[in-house]
Amino acid sequence: MQNIRNFSIIAHIDHGKSTLADRLIMKTGVCDQRTYKDQMLDSMDIERERGITIKSQAISLPYTASDGETYTLNLIDTPGHVDFSYEVSRSLASCEGVLLLIDATQGVQAQTLANLYLAMEHDLEIIPVINKIDLPAADVERVLEQIDSELGLDPATHLACSAKEGTGVDEILEAIVRRIPPPKGEATKPLAALIFDAYYDAYRGTVINCRVFDGEVKAGDTIRFMSNGSIYRVEEVGRFLLDRQKRDTLSAGEVGYIIAGIKTVSSVSIGDTITLDDRPCAQPLPGFKKVKPVVFASIYPIASDDYEDLSDALEKYKLNDAAFIYEKDSSAALGQGFRCGFLGLLHLDIVQERLEREYGLNIILSVPSVRYRFTLKDGTELHVDNPAHYPNPMNIIKSEEPYIRASMMLPDKYLGAVMTLCIDRRGVNSNMRYPSPGRVELTYEMPLSEVIFDFYDKFKSVTQGYGSFDYDLIDYRTSNLVLLDILVNGEKVDALSQIVHRDRARARGVQACERLKDEIPRQMYKIAIQGAIGGEIISRSTISAFRKDVTAKCYGGDITRKRKLLEKQKEGKKRMKMVGSVSIPQSAFLAVLKSDKDS
Amino acid sequence: MNTGRAYIPGLYIHFPFCRSKCGYCDFYSVTETSLVPSFLEALSTEAALYRGEFTTFDTVYLGGGTPSLMRPEQVDALLVMLRGTFTILDNAEITMELNPADLTREDLRALYQAGVNRVNIGVQSFHDQKLQLMGRRHDRRQALSAIEEAAAAGFDNIGLDLIYNLPHQSLEDWRASLEQAIALHPAHLSCYELELKPDTPLGRKFGRGECAGRSEDLAREFFMETSKTLEEAGYIHYEVSNFAAGMGRASRHNRKYWDHTPYLGLGPAAHSFEGTRRWWNRSSLKGYLTDLSNRKRPVEGQEDLRSEELAMEALFLGLRTKEGIDLDRYVRLYGRDLMRENRHQIEEWSRLGLVEISGGHIRPTRSGMAVADALAMI
Repeated sequence: MQNIRNFSIIAHIDHGKSTLADRLIMKTGVCDQRTYKDQMLDSMDIERERGITIKSQAISLPYTASDGETYTLNLIDTPGHVDFSYEVSRSLASCEGVLLLIDATQGVQAQTLANLYLAMEHDLEIIPVINKIDLPAADVERVLEQIDSELGLDPATHLACSAKEGTGVDEILEAIVRRIPPPKGEATKPLAALIFDAYYDAYRGTVINCRVFDGEVKAGDTIRFMSNGSIYRVEEVGRFLLDRQKRDTLSAGEVGYIIAGIKTVSSVSIGDTITLDDRPCAQPLPGFKKVKPVVFASIYPIASDDYEDLSDALEKYKLNDAAFIYEKDSSAALGQGFRCGFLGLLHLDIVQERLEREYGLNIILSVPSVRYRFTLKDGTELHVDNPAHYPNPMNIIKSEEPYIRASMMLPDKYLGAVMTLCIDRRGVNSNMRYPSPGRVELTYEMPLSEVIFDFYDKFKSVTQGYGSFDYDLIDYRTSNLVLLDILVNGEKVDALSQIVHRDRARARGVQACERLKDEIPRQMYKIAIQGAIGGEIISRSTISAFRKDVTAKCYGGDITRKRKLLEKQKEGKKRMKMVGSVSIPQSAFLAVLKSDKDS
Repeated sequence: MNTGRAYIPGLYIHFPFCRSKCGYCDFYSVTETSLVPSFLEALSTEAALYRGEFTTFDTVYLGGGTPSLMRPEQVDALLVMLRGTFTILDNAEITMELNPADLTREDLRALYQAGVNRVNIGVQSFHDQKLQLMGRRHDRRQALSAIEEAAAAGFDNIGLDLIYNLPHQSLEDWRASLEQAIALHPAHLSCYELELKPDTPLGRKFGRGECAGRSEDLAREFFMETSKTLEEAGYIHYEVSNFAAGMGRASRHNRKYWDHTPYLGLGPAAHSFEGTRRWWNRSSLKGYLTDLSNRKRPVEGQEDLRSEELAMEALFLGLRTKEGIDLDRYVRLYGRDLMRENRHQIEEWSRLGLVEISGGHIRPTRSGMAVADALAMI
């Protein structure tokens, strides 16, 4: 155990986390140039395209240090978005130290701070690493000053590197060995292992990534998940190099995987503690939370013939995404579909994109909603996450919506703008703290519905990327709610309905009509879009009909070019859903929530 | 309307030379007229390479470019060469595009003698300021004179090209141009809306045209006004941009492009079509000449059209014409029953006055033609 080091790399987006990870992997000889795949740890296409890590992963790097000893360095990668902040906290809980990576040209940024606080919460050894020192714009002196004043760390402890060029990487490896403490724990105690990730393998079922704190586990053991008591027989344990390397045991201090014939990842909860059934540990490891979806939307196939394919795709997709939930649903306007729950809008985006990309489906999503709570006259309590199920207003005696506590960290010059934004989003009970000169920690209580849609984008934009944001659900609070319906050519489109606060209803209605006007392409006839509350029209917009769209010239025999143009348009039209006599594009359903065009 | 056409192939010759480039044009052309003799020689080589594959034509169209830069003797020699290589039917329509600045009455008479029986004169506008704006090298006086001289030379099948929705053009300006055209009694009128293409001087100058007072609403007014004025004057609006004084005066050649009749295109950047295959020549005179000096067809690309692609073309091309789509022929050729598949949609269009269904055809109305591309989205 003395020769194990468990660590993560944490950084603001684009500060070079993946590049450094690749360097460490190559340097330790786990893979050579030939097998090197650009940015190994972010293995999903979507992750690579968006430059964010969605799933946590782990890799064990063998390293012979300058003291002649051979060490196992377990690098645990972390997701980089607030939708997945719980996964990040579980990954960090599995480490003893972190490399806090800072871009020499950009200096300390919002996520640098947010990540630092997370690491400090877990009492981790922090090694500041200044990256990109090869760039002409690098300003190491300024970063050192920030490490001192803004991060409160000793600048003398920093390392400098260029992950791209490979300089300074040896020093980083040595520092990991010398400065990050070896794991504690006892192999003889009852097993306690923390699950920080799980994924689905088509041949082996669910593969659990875990950190063993005490005890050991081997093939043949019967393990128990402490959150729900379910029991499985271990088929295989091991650790990751480039692929899974089977081992006899995983024991205290180690990071690795367990395969135990678990059919779906939904049977596994991130943050849960694994112990042995015949010799359980006394207490689960701290910090377990059942992750619950907070955003709900319905998914429909654009062509109703594709319903079965969608059903199959969701079933397969679900195998690998425990946080995603779904059930059958139907809409008067859009037909048969599924109601789905997501961790946040990014999660929703990812699911949508993967269903389209990996399963070749054309789908449409209804307007996302949070889960509201209504108390009816007869005393029943109703949870509604689908505006189509909004109860008869005559029967409602109490309406409630979920509230969160938002924690924001920002340079104080943005304080005014952020407070304005929070108040605009119905934020209350603000609180302020100055952890270091020039920095504010701001908390607000806000309705979740005001936060999940474009708050994060707005927040990032008003703080010019220097603010960090996180939130916790706190409770349900009484709220004056109404149902805002959208009518297209006089026909109600249930999938465009939203539950909104009465004070905001009119503004939301106007906004929705304006956004739909931009999103729905012109058609052969004029289209009227109306916002309505309980039959009263509160907003309207009109999309004028095509006037002239035919090209003047179509001869010289070059029919091919013209046909290709029309085929492309037709392809776009296939991605629209016919609602009555109007084609509505996929983008319209999300757009109604966005408060203005540039967000 | 006569629908029993013969579907005999047409021959297109692309003459790729212009004295200067017009501000709106993105067709392929060059200004090195010293290469004309080499081009004409290469053209005869190219024609010979298609002998056997194509045998008979009932239309010949000399387009470009500016074919009126050819001397009448050169046109004569060209037609002699084509007659020697292929069978050009006696009653063939032989069209030549003319720039009003280029030809004298004697030249026109010589062309008529050589066998050209239809001329299409690139008038574009009767307004000098607009002609300058478009970068044309002729003026109003030359346009009027060219029409008069062509008639005097014996041509009775004269077509005029006009362009509307020019930057800062008012509907009144355009109406005056139309009245002027009608007064000259041409057999045929092509009225094109100006398209501001990004790679042209006008496109660069005016962008998408909003700043020049253009809009889709205005474009529609121009289109509707043109159609109404010319139909009232007795012309048949037989295709989006084309008007004929009786269907006998419609361009037999251009109609082939719209109904999948085969055509052979010779010259740089020319397109050809035969049944299910379309191919196109290199858009480079140099490359064209090099290939033919090696007796190689100067083809740049080709495509084999799948039946759904043919169906798509027949749909959008058919909806551009007054004749519309012959529903039975459509099923027979493309295997799709448009009425059965889209009854609801087509009836809706009919209700909106965009199409008429009669005599086994679906025909666009005037309003329907204005949005023919959108109709083709079914």
